Amino acid sequence: MQSPGTGFDESLFPRLLRVPGVAAASPVVEVQVRLPGRERNLKLLGIDPFRAMQLQPALAGAGAATERQGQGLLAENSIWLSPAAAQSLELEVGDDLDVQVALDRVRFRVAGVLPPGAYAQPVGLLDIGEAQWRLRRLGRLDRVDLRLAPQADRRAVRAAIVALLPPGAQVVTPGEATDDAVRLTRAYRSNLTALALVALFTGAFLVYATQSLAVARRRREIALLHAMGMSVREQLVASLLSGMIVGALGAALGVILGALVARAGLAAFGADLGAGYFRGVAPALNVSAGEYLAFFMLGVGAALVATFGPAREAASVPAAAALKAGDEAPMAPRTHGRIALALFAAGVLALALPPLEGIALPGYVSIACLLLGAVFLTPSIASTVFSRLRTDGPAWRQVAVAQLRGTARRSTVSIAAVLVSFSLMVAMAIMVFSFRMSLEAWMQRILPADLYVRAGSAAAGAYLDVNAQRSITSLPEIVRADFVKFQDVLLPGERLPLTIIARPIDESTADQVIPIRRSAPGSAPQGAIPVWASEAALDLRGFDIGTEFDLPIGGKVVRATVRGIWRDYERPGGSLVMNRETFIALSGERTATTAALWLRQGTDADEFSGRLRDAIARSGDYDVAIPGEIRKRSLALFDRTFAVTYLLEAVAVLIGLFGISASTSSQVLARRGEFGMLRHLGVTRREIGRMLAFEGAALGAIGVAAGLVVGAIVSMILIFVVNRQSFHWTMDVHVPWGLLAILSLVLIGAAAATAAVSGRRAMGEDVVRAVKEDW
Amino acid sequence: MSSLLLSLRALGEVAYPPVVPGHELAFPRDEGSHPDYRIEWWYVTGQLEDGASKVKAPLGFQVTFFRVRTGLAADNPSSFAPRQVLFAHAAIADPVSGKLHHAQRSARTGFDLAYAREGQLDVKLDDWSIRQVAPGRYVTAVHGEDFAFELTLASTQPPLLQGERGFSRKGPDPLAASYYYSLPQLAVTGDVTVGGSTRKVSGQAWFDHEWSSDYVDQSALGWDWLGVNMADGGALMAFRMRDRQGGARWASATLRLPSPIGEGQVTTLGPEAVRWTPLQSWRSPRTGVTYPVQWRVQVGDRRYRVEPLILDAELDSRPTTGILYWEGPIRLIDEATGKGGRSRLPRADGVRRQGGPLRKT
Repeated sequence: MQSPGTGFDESLFPRLLRVPGVAAASPVVEVQVRLPGRERNLKLLGIDPFRAMQLQPALAGAGAATERQGQGLLAENSIWLSPAAAQSLELEVGDDLDVQVALDRVRFRVAGVLPPGAYAQPVGLLDIGEAQWRLRRLGRLDRVDLRLAPQADRRAVRAAIVALLPPGAQVVTPGEATDDAVRLTRAYRSNLTALALVALFTGAFLVYATQSLAVARRRREIALLHAMGMSVREQLVASLLSGMIVGALGAALGVILGALVARAGLAAFGADLGAGYFRGVAPALNVSAGEYLAFFMLGVGAALVATFGPAREAASVPAAAALKAGDEAPMAPRTHGRIALALFAAGVLALALPPLEGIALPGYVSIACLLLGAVFLTPSIASTVFSRLRTDGPAWRQVAVAQLRGTARRSTVSIAAVLVSFSLMVAMAIMVFSFRMSLEAWMQRILPADLYVRAGSAAAGAYLDVNAQRSITSLPEIVRADFVKFQDVLLPGERLPLTIIARPIDESTADQVIPIRRSAPGSAPQGAIPVWASEAALDLRGFDIGTEFDLPIGGKVVRATVRGIWRDYERPGGSLVMNRETFIALSGERTATTAALWLRQGTDADEFSGRLRDAIARSGDYDVAIPGEIRKRSLALFDRTFAVTYLLEAVAVLIGLFGISASTSSQVLARRGEFGMLRHLGVTRREIGRMLAFEGAALGAIGVAAGLVVGAIVSMILIFVVNRQSFHWTMDVHVPWGLLAILSLVLIGAAAATAAVSGRRAMGEDVVRAVKEDW
Repeated sequence: MSSLLLSLRALGEVAYPPVVPGHELAFPRDEGSHPDYRIEWWYVTGQLEDGASKVKAPLGFQVTFFRVRTGLAADNPSSFAPRQVLFAHAAIADPVSGKLHHAQRSARTGFDLAYAREGQLDVKLDDWSIRQVAPGRYVTAVHGEDFAFELTLASTQPPLLQGERGFSRKGPDPLAASYYYSLPQLAVTGDVTVGGSTRKVSGQAWFDHEWSSDYVDQSALGWDWLGVNMADGGALMAFRMRDRQGGARWASATLRLPSPIGEGQVTTLGPEAVRWTPLQSWRSPRTGVTYPVQWRVQVGDRRYRVEPLILDAELDSRPTTGILYWEGPIRLIDEATGKGGRSRLPRADGVRRQGGPLRKT
């Protein structure tokens, strides 16, 4: 059983042990402490080794190491580190380890390193008596690990235990405990998976483009094979086989590269790229051979699916016609307006569906439908646009337009490639930009003071005690000091904690203190404590304006009423803001996590922060920062988190350009005769290059234009559906016009250049000879 | 009596009261705990017979509660401060199956879950306990993983004060001593559960209670001990402290002759009059340690032969106190008369697993 936040009274421990059916009980004090001078936290577990060994025999190994296990943990000022902690902190037995309690350093000696089996994560272990005393948690426990007698009725025992628990505590079985961590990070992980699927999709598109090219290039060869008696089926198998080989090679390379990049990324940024989900966790690359195989098969499968179309086309090459010179595939574009419309409709419908177990799956389905629909709509768009192109002007342009019209079906491959990759890029750009702008504006609102003092971020062990608060407020330069306390709390029947933010706030000033989205009219009902719920609390718990609910604080339960909804980008698990005086009256908890300080006019914040440290005069680590610094740091973290999306976008664009290159190359090959003829007619190579560039630019422009439209829609889905459902916060839409304009121009230019370059390469020196081939 | 707690020697730096001669023991006060002293134990060994099934060989049983004052956390205000730690061992030796069932517990005192009270015998460690229920009547309850027992022990004789009226020297240094008394010839009744079936049993037991601060002479490495309820109502306790060479560093014995029982009948013998001679050994297949199991013990002018009733009586308490020892039921034969009594012969080792008098073969 466990209780987040302040824990519970220790008298519960003997009562739990006496519950019939409970065979063993191990009390635990758990505190995240800040390690001064190390810029990181460590989880400390205060345990009773005599009790813990009954549940965790692996701990007995700690005794074997010293030959007297009890003593090792009982010894004063001693701490035992898990192997992961010893390694990451670079500590050895006998070294000193300072940990921070409130704002003071407390020194422990590393008495030993635990055997590898006991704890995989970095933790420090100390005696529970020592932990309660030295970490200032006297009389409190955070957790009691229980083992039931083998013959006990689990449900009856659980019910008996639940009946003993104070408000805010819960019973968790080992499976459920890991489940919580899984659920907490699921939204983040599902977004990463969606990005990976986009990459796979574009990869499949690339295979499609290259295979189409291969079919075009080998058209005559295929026809010859047909003429020589190769059956349609054999041809199909041959094409699919070649696709599979391409897929297998690519997938193998991709798996190897992916593993290398993952390893490097983990080492550099941690498991969440700095997003803060796994603070204090040492991530290890954990992929089984089976998973590698699954990824490999996904790659091969995608390649196979992508090859199927071109393979069928190759199989259906009519031998006689294709052997004749100048033959090209039937070029009338096939339009799929109905399929496109059906996909768009499906996409809209999917948006109406609720998230699936916390995952914004319908949103992703909707995006996929939209993209596919757009791909199916491409032939219609292409032929409409081509038919409107002017046909006057220089000869090379007339030829180019005629060519575009004539090969509309082939061109759609290029356009679709650009459309898919560019629309994803546009969508991500708008979403990330909107998020960043909203975050910046939010931080501006949330950090109105001149100077901030923060004891520790996720470390409950570091806080501003009453003495520190008094030292701060006594400084004459400070005209106003707001102390804020963050405290996790577990609502009745809930599995995941909610954060209470206790700060100076009341109904009249709420709008000035936090970014309120909506607030309740009138005044709060009698007897209920006013609270302001974050958007996540609204989404996850249904805390809308006017909702009344039971809130456990300090072992008591009080009635609370939601007076407003505010935007909180910091806690996707949900938070409640309440008045700190009320919080103190209920919980007796006078410590604070941060202090917001307003300085007398003319006081230099930078210079004053030094004097502030002198006044606080404590040995521990704490941050004193001006809001600008905090904003800068937060945005840097934000950018790092989204760096992976920029990378994926770049890959998508590259794939789009590959698509143009592939399709141009294929057409150039097929048009060698035509180029030869044009050269014979006196058209310069330069003009042919210009013609190809024009064709490429036209294809690119259509793709970019369509991509902008589709991307804008996808970004709205990302902002209003996927993000809301995954992280439970809203953002304001901000379009990065400049960035989009530059990207569009660059992409069109790149498309033109790609077409011209691949055209030149494909033409080579022997176009003139190519004319002869036809005769 | 045991040196099990050698390994917990001097954890913290506090002043433990010394053991001095001339201190008057009083009952039932001194049956209770003496928490200022560094170590203390209450040790019951005995034989039980099952009235129903006519098993010839009796069941052996043992239960021991140890208390250790760690000397740690003197100023720690936490309720979990580990100032006093309790350990308990219990065993049932079944001579028919040749099996020894044993279990152990450990806990710091606190929260009424584990305690050793002062004033009268009342020691508890979760669901294990020993306590006085009436003058001269004690109840002990043990719940192991594959056995359990709840026994009532009734004294039939006054306490037997060991050494000089309860001041028991353990070595040439007079500071190496303990307060030590025994309750021999206890009448036992109760229930024993082994292998899922509970049996009513009765029998006799020997009770030791000993506390000290500086129990063991620094040069002593191990010890041999026996306590015997004589068939005629007499009682014999003998021990020796072994030195590094395996010889006797110190030895002592107390012999109480049968009725009429009184102070005059108690003979206390010093190291010059007690001699232990190993005759046969047994090697543990689990640990490779060899234990002498058959002995000749000379007490004054009497010569006894000590025969084990079961060979495999090795106890592995390394998880709690870090010590391996042999403890099992014996038969004592007076070599002059051929008569004797039954009891148990614990034999332990002060240097734990490696080296010293325990040989791995």
